[in-house]
Amino acid sequence: MHLLAIDWAVFTEKLVLIIVVVSASLVIAMYSTYAERKIAAIIQDRRGPNRAGPFGILQPLADGLKLFFKEEIIPKFSSKFLFILGPSIAMLTAIMIGAVIPWGNKIHLFNRDISLQIADVNIGILYVFGIVSLGVYGIMIGGWASNNKFSLLGAMRAASQIISYELAMGISLIALLMLSGTLSLKTMVDQQMDHWWYIFKQPLGFLIFLVCAFAETNRTPFDLSEAENELIGGYHSEYSSMKLGFYLFAEYVNMFLSSAVMVTLFFGGYDIPFVNDHTLINTIGTNWMAVLQGGAFFIKIVCFLFLFMWVRWTIPRFRYDQLMNLGWKILLPLALFNMLVTGAIILLHQNNWHF
Amino acid sequence: MQALTNRAKPVSRKKMNLWESMYLPEILRGMFITFKHIFRKKVTINYPEQTRPFSPVFRGLQILNRDEEGRENCTACGLCAVACPAEAITMEAAERQPGEEHLYREEKYAAKYEINMLRCIFCGLCEEACPKDAVYLSETFAPANYQRKGFIYGKKDLLIPHPKEDPEAYAKAKGSRKLHPEGHGNEK
Repeated sequence: MHLLAIDWAVFTEKLVLIIVVVSASLVIAMYSTYAERKIAAIIQDRRGPNRAGPFGILQPLADGLKLFFKEEIIPKFSSKFLFILGPSIAMLTAIMIGAVIPWGNKIHLFNRDISLQIADVNIGILYVFGIVSLGVYGIMIGGWASNNKFSLLGAMRAASQIISYELAMGISLIALLMLSGTLSLKTMVDQQMDHWWYIFKQPLGFLIFLVCAFAETNRTPFDLSEAENELIGGYHSEYSSMKLGFYLFAEYVNMFLSSAVMVTLFFGGYDIPFVNDHTLINTIGTNWMAVLQGGAFFIKIVCFLFLFMWVRWTIPRFRYDQLMNLGWKILLPLALFNMLVTGAIILLHQNNWHF
Repeated sequence: MQALTNRAKPVSRKKMNLWESMYLPEILRGMFITFKHIFRKKVTINYPEQTRPFSPVFRGLQILNRDEEGRENCTACGLCAVACPAEAITMEAAERQPGEEHLYREEKYAAKYEINMLRCIFCGLCEEACPKDAVYLSETFAPANYQRKGFIYGKKDLLIPHPKEDPEAYAKAKGSRKLHPEGHGNEK
């Protein structure tokens, strides 16, 4: 009787994968902070960080070290447990999204096919949604526990913003799900490898999803919850040292992983464009293919990260009523319209209306 | 009111047309503008590695000059101290002893010569007052220091390097200006 026997090979394989994915997303988030400062500087005709190491490449390490050495202040009238819980949740939920993203097809090592996805759950995209909505708790709890009106205002803004934009985001995805007929991210990538990328079938859905992704990650123009000049930092104004670092870091991890989700859903995931993957895999073998696919995936993600930063340094912040107008009066009807049109086209298609 | 420059643009308060209120095209326009800035040449000078050239009339730290044989010019007459509006200069005179002719050009010299760089306003009046061409304003400025006393520059800080023993440092301290009487115009 070995009902609960653990397959140690799978266990180690997944453990290694988890460690690699988590550390990779942390390192990428680290260097996103550097890239953000550099891109901001370049767009504003400045030079940006260039003192620590060649081209300032060690700047993120210096920043991290600085945050670690700062005094850790917990306000006297704050709720201590929640105060520490806030950034922890923010960081945790940010990292957890990486679990369902397929980083590549598979590699063949030690006579085993190892899938480059931590968990191919069949409700992948729902999982992402669940975790993203949990992410707002980090901000809410942090803002609430700070016992400070500006923090609370920031937290409330974040909560209402994320709730409003999640609706449009979900509905824009429903159209995509109707096309794909699956919730598993891996299957969706497989579909896009053989056919068109979903961006060409769902351009409007992608646009809505993109705007909502900006809102969900609290990036400018939707960074109302941490608006420095209105709320002195919003939900993290009471935070210092590495707890603040966690909040700032979680934003970049979120950005990276939401880019990954967008690439997976709309840009073919690890699909290499203009290449027939099935013939290539026969010529160069599974492992090299996985490397190439990972590279393609990474390049697409970097493009999205650049887009995130480029938009941040171009567009000013929304006013709160504009934010709500955009979410409820424009994006939500647009997403509904998109869903209806997609549904109608699928229906016509299934009834042999070819056009 | 008349504008000082013609760069000011009045704010347009007109109602947005449909194209503008669609917002996205305008965002793309803005993003195109910021994208163009990526290829702009940066105006910043990477300071410690690159320095901006000083203008020929730049007035920096004082130096005490030597003549061609490396003898100090200063005779401690005190005219620079009198001329100094900030009262930054103090000195003590001493008489040249026999055997010191290779050190000092004339019979009297400055045993102590101090300039308080915190008081100095770098006006250059000392340079103009000096009848012996001993004080010049060079092309450097005072580096930062942790203590006030570090800004009181004595003779060893001010004296120009020896032109024969260390010609390179001498040329560097001398900079691009003419330190010798000819062409200076104060020789009256």
